[in-house]
Amino acid sequence: MTELWWGVLAVAVGCYGLKLLGLSIPERLLEHPVTVRAAAFIPVGLLAALVAVQGFADGSEVVVDARLAGLLVAAVLLWRKVPFLVMLIAAAATAALVRALGG
Amino acid sequence: MSESTSDRQVIADSLGVGIGVGLYGVSFGALATTGGLSVWQACALSLLAFTGASQFAFLGVVAAGGSPATGALTAVLLGVRNTFYGITLAPVLRLKGWRRLATAHVVIDESTAMAVVRDDPRQARLGFYWTGLTIFLIWNVMTLVGAVAGESIGDPRAIGLDAAVAAAFLGLLWPRLDSPSSRLLALLAAAVALGLVPFTPPGAPIIIGGLVAVLVGLRFVPSADGDRDD
Repeated sequence: MTELWWGVLAVAVGCYGLKLLGLSIPERLLEHPVTVRAAAFIPVGLLAALVAVQGFADGSEVVVDARLAGLLVAAVLLWRKVPFLVMLIAAAATAALVRALGG
Repeated sequence: MSESTSDRQVIADSLGVGIGVGLYGVSFGALATTGGLSVWQACALSLLAFTGASQFAFLGVVAAGGSPATGALTAVLLGVRNTFYGITLAPVLRLKGWRRLATAHVVIDESTAMAVVRDDPRQARLGFYWTGLTIFLIWNVMTLVGAVAGESIGDPRAIGLDAAVAAAFLGLLWPRLDSPSSRLLALLAAAVALGLVPFTPPGAPIIIGGLVAVLVGLRFVPSADGDRDD
C-alpha cells in the first residue's frame, strides 16, 4: 500500500517535472538529432512492449487466450477509426464472451 | 480550409476533442481499481500526473505484479515526450513564473496537437488551453466515476478488463505506427518483451523491450530530416 503510494508520487513528480522542463529550457539544448529521434522512438517501443505483455503474459508465462480475440477486435476498430471508449468496451466484451464460451 | 478559422471554431474543435478524450478517464479509473489501486491512488494519478499513457503504463506494470518502482520508471520514460511538446509550445505560449508552472500541467498529446495545427499564435493558445483544461476537468471527474464503479466489479477478467488494458495500449500506440520503421520497431519491442517474460521480474520486459527498440531505431532507422545532422 505505502509502496504503491510512493510509486504514484514518483509518477506524478516525474511526469510533471518533464512537462515543466520542456517549457523552461532553451530549445537548442535538446534539439540534438539523437535526442529528438530517441524521444520519438521511446513511446513506440514502450507502448508496443506494454501491448505484448498485457496481451500475452500470465505471470512468468506467455499464453494465448481470450485477450487475443479482444486485441484483434480492437485493431479492426482502430483501423476503422472508431472512438477510443467504444473500442475498449468492444475489446473487453469480446474477451469476456470468448471466456464465457470456454475459450 | 482556405478561409481563416474563427475563434468559435477553434473552441468548438477543442471542446470536441477535450470531451471525447476526457470521457475515457472512466476506463482509466475502472481499470485502476480492478487492477489493485485504491480510488484515491487512481484519482491522485489523474490529478497530479495527468498524462494518460503514463498512468496506464504504471497501472499495467503494477497490476501484472511488477514493483511500483518499475511501474514508475516505465511511466516517467513515457512522459519524456511531453518535454518535447513543451519545447515546441514554449515560443507560442511564452510564459513565465506561476503561469508557466500551472500551464506545464496541461502539456499533453491532445492539447499540443490542437495548438500546433493553428498558424495564428493566438488561436494556437486558444486551442491549447481549451483542449487541455477541458480534458483535465472531465478526465478527473470520469476517473473518480470509473474508480468507484471498478471497486464493485468482482472478477475483472470475467468481463474482459485485462483485454481492455491491452487494447488501451494498442489505441495509444496506433497513431504512432505511421511508418514501416515504426511498425518494425514496435514488433521488435513486443517480441523482446515477450521473450523476456519467463526470465525476468514483471515490468522489466517492458522497459528492456522498449529500450532495445529505441537503440535499434537510433542505429538503423535513417533520420527523417537528415539535413539537420551536423
